[in-house]
Amino acid sequence: MRSSVIIFPGSNCDRDMDVALKKFGFKNQMVWHNDQSIPKSDLIVLPGGFSYGDYLRCGSIASKSKIIKSVIDFANSGGLVLGICNGFQILTETGLLKGILQQNKFLNFICSNVFVKVKDKQNKYFKDLKKDVLELHIAHNEGNYFCSDDELKLLQDNNQIAVTYCGEDGTENEATNPNGAIKNIAGIFNENKNVLGMMPHPERMIDKYLSGEDGSLFFKNILDNFK
Amino acid sequence: MEVTEAVAIDHGLKKEEFSKICELLKRTPNLTELAIFSAMWNEHCSYKSSRKHLKKMHTKGKQVIQGPGENAGVIDIGDDDAIVFKIESHNHPSFIEPYQGAATGVGGIMRDVFTMGARPIANLNSIHFGSPQHKKTRNLLRGVVKGIGGYGNCIGVPTIAGQTTFDESYNGNILVNAMTLGLVNKNKIFYSKAAGLDKPVIYVGSKTGRDGIHGASMASATFDDKIEEKKPTVQVGDPFTEKLLLEACLELMADNSIIAIQDMGAAGLTSSSVEMASKGNLGIELDLSEVPCREEKMTPYEIMLSESQERMLIVLEKGKEEHAKKIFDKWNLDFAVIGKTTNSKKIELIFDNKKVAEIPIDLLAENAPIYDRPWKKTKLPQKLKFDKDEFKSLKLSDCLRKILSNSNISDKKWIWDQYDHTVMGDTIQKPGGDAGVVRVHGTNKAVAASVDSSALYCFSHPLTGGKQIVCESYRNLISVGAKPIAITNCLNFGNPEKEKNMGEFVECVEGITDASKYLDFPVVSGNVSFYNETKDKGIKPTPTIGGVGLISDYQQMLTMDFKTEGNLVYVIGKTDGHLDQSIFARELLNEKKGPPPTVNLFNEKNIGETVLDLSRKNLIVSCHDVSLGGILTAVSKMCIKGKKGIKINTLKGLTNKYEYFFGEDQARYIVEIPRASLKKVIEILNKYSVHFDDLGIIDGNSIKYNDDINLPIEELADAHKYWLKKYMDS
Repeated sequence: MRSSVIIFPGSNCDRDMDVALKKFGFKNQMVWHNDQSIPKSDLIVLPGGFSYGDYLRCGSIASKSKIIKSVIDFANSGGLVLGICNGFQILTETGLLKGILQQNKFLNFICSNVFVKVKDKQNKYFKDLKKDVLELHIAHNEGNYFCSDDELKLLQDNNQIAVTYCGEDGTENEATNPNGAIKNIAGIFNENKNVLGMMPHPERMIDKYLSGEDGSLFFKNILDNFK
Repeated sequence: MEVTEAVAIDHGLKKEEFSKICELLKRTPNLTELAIFSAMWNEHCSYKSSRKHLKKMHTKGKQVIQGPGENAGVIDIGDDDAIVFKIESHNHPSFIEPYQGAATGVGGIMRDVFTMGARPIANLNSIHFGSPQHKKTRNLLRGVVKGIGGYGNCIGVPTIAGQTTFDESYNGNILVNAMTLGLVNKNKIFYSKAAGLDKPVIYVGSKTGRDGIHGASMASATFDDKIEEKKPTVQVGDPFTEKLLLEACLELMADNSIIAIQDMGAAGLTSSSVEMASKGNLGIELDLSEVPCREEKMTPYEIMLSESQERMLIVLEKGKEEHAKKIFDKWNLDFAVIGKTTNSKKIELIFDNKKVAEIPIDLLAENAPIYDRPWKKTKLPQKLKFDKDEFKSLKLSDCLRKILSNSNISDKKWIWDQYDHTVMGDTIQKPGGDAGVVRVHGTNKAVAASVDSSALYCFSHPLTGGKQIVCESYRNLISVGAKPIAITNCLNFGNPEKEKNMGEFVECVEGITDASKYLDFPVVSGNVSFYNETKDKGIKPTPTIGGVGLISDYQQMLTMDFKTEGNLVYVIGKTDGHLDQSIFARELLNEKKGPPPTVNLFNEKNIGETVLDLSRKNLIVSCHDVSLGGILTAVSKMCIKGKKGIKINTLKGLTNKYEYFFGEDQARYIVEIPRASLKKVIEILNKYSVHFDDLGIIDGNSIKYNDDINLPIEELADAHKYWLKKYMDS
């Protein structure tokens, strides 16, 4: 499976994503933000970081960058686009995903392991995933997902909510919500479920010496579903 | 403006220093020249009070590639890999403007590291605040933590360990010390020594603004009531630009275009240009009209003193200008050829086609004043005689609860949750352990780092205190299974013009030197921060040691959390029960006198090597050094982290349980031993002639000791984990 990771000048999880993708067998390429086009890919990843410094709303400048048109075209043609953390923020700014990511409820950056519940398995990311709850890692200041009531209803009706913050046993409540996100939302899909944006970083959870290994399941599952 | 003695004094120079300048120049300097002298001769840049003593430090070793004197120190970790590291203070600015002060402290130290060609792989910090009751403490802490996080998180370098303490002596002078480790190929290290004539001098990075003018002289003065007025001298950080600068510099460093490179830190363009020329024994000519400026009508004076962040000065090979410019254009950074190297051995500044300054370099560097300041020895305080009958009214479990929730012992998760500690995907030991550990990317090696200071010990007896911190750093590295290699130090002290403070400095340095020599744990970089004093009240002497060690196979890394029920717990090293200066004495007896625990360097080394041997042979499965709060505190942390209890054996003989459990004797570790390994462990302990106690067995969910203690781990965890969060929320 061929993947491309877009590097914005302030991306800082690009290498981590490259390492993770290659570890599980993706043929990955790095693509510079000023490039005109993206090499032929089965998956495009917008990695975490601070794209253009994010002194404005996170991801807003990236959503107007040179490369982004190719990403949008690719998404609209049904290609898989995965945005992690800052990548998720960028995807909401482009309009590919609904809603916005506000500053965390307690106004602090949070770097911590979290559990997320996989809410939908009828998609190319989570289909046949063996676990329902994954332990992943978050590191963000603006991860507090918010959208209008109408948008939320659409997300719910179309099963576009991908993952939600929860406890180890899957409980979703205020105590298991690290950043104040509406309905504990940690990640969502677009309508066609080919575009996935999520705050947690699977690429930081790919071997037992790191924070954990559940990220491996995530990447392997994408590959398995592609075969 | 006419330059007079009064103007010189306004610039922080002393009367005699001004006369010396006039004498050396054989004329009165103009204002720009005076500014350059004031920037180079202040304490922060010239080390004029400390240099005499720093020379005695132990700085050499088998693995040392570069000792003090460069942007950072460098050590060899095998296979052509080298680690570049340094710690630096940003105390004064952080007190005035905590967010920006701390943020630019992190930015500055990272630049020091990547200037040498290394990619930063880990950040650490040691931060010290006034009493929790002081009205400024909460906001300063919040601002500093946000600043450190705001900068490091954006660059994408994990913050892997740190230290936070509270003490009323920091009420008017907080300390913010930031440390960075970088990884470099040992054959591709870049230095700040210029070489060759007529080579282009390049300015890259952010534009120059009026921020930070006089920053270095501010850091060389004590504080008074008007300190708030100095806010404009605090620089403003832009981590995004730093990230661009980092990537652009590393890209340019991939080939042989750079002769010398130096970041513009304290005293900006002045110190970077003078240092590069001085080290190369050359002259330098700069046309200041070519310097990219952010504001209009900046004068040579302002350009030379600006401390705008995220800027670098590079001496380039001739003909490589276009190639270099392309790289900086790609990263959208300013790039300007602003001068050249010369054989004049002078710094010559041109502005609007006129020469505006001309000073022989040696007057600024080698001829800068050096002071042999008078200092006073601190006598070892008399050991206290505790009334042990008084202890009996204290319940052990109450004591433990109180100590675990003490501001200096309690868990600092509230802080490190705000730092990205996992980015780069190689953090295998997160903050909260004895040391942070990151893998050397793509290899089996890992690097461990720890920051430590013990102001209470240093205040009580600086010589012992100085030794103790080096030993503590050594132990922290060994506790994670790393072989200690070298240290960096950040020497935070009060006013060197006071004999007591100067004495504290001299004796702490002596202690550090003794220990680092004995332990073969050399100092490779560091910085000195004097004048941490407000309205005549100085801080307790706070030298901070940043230690770095190597784990050759990262799978052998140790953590402190108890692993398996039924395993045995041993204390390695002897406990005499030293309570003077302990947390127990302070918290429960309200006793602040007495000497710090004695440091026996032979024991430190011998016991350290023993524990390292045990870990290399995979005979122990968890390890934690015993420090503040003594054995019971250490063992509680191991229980809390591992979510397991311990049944402690009845103490032998006449040992006083309070002294045994809370004494802060040095050179001790607690280890967890699987039963199957016990025989071998004891053989090794005997071989090294090391004292050990069979402390107990991992069992259940509570800490139990006879009828004295029966505390569920969850309850202890609550006492330990939430003090800081509750404090910040209140």
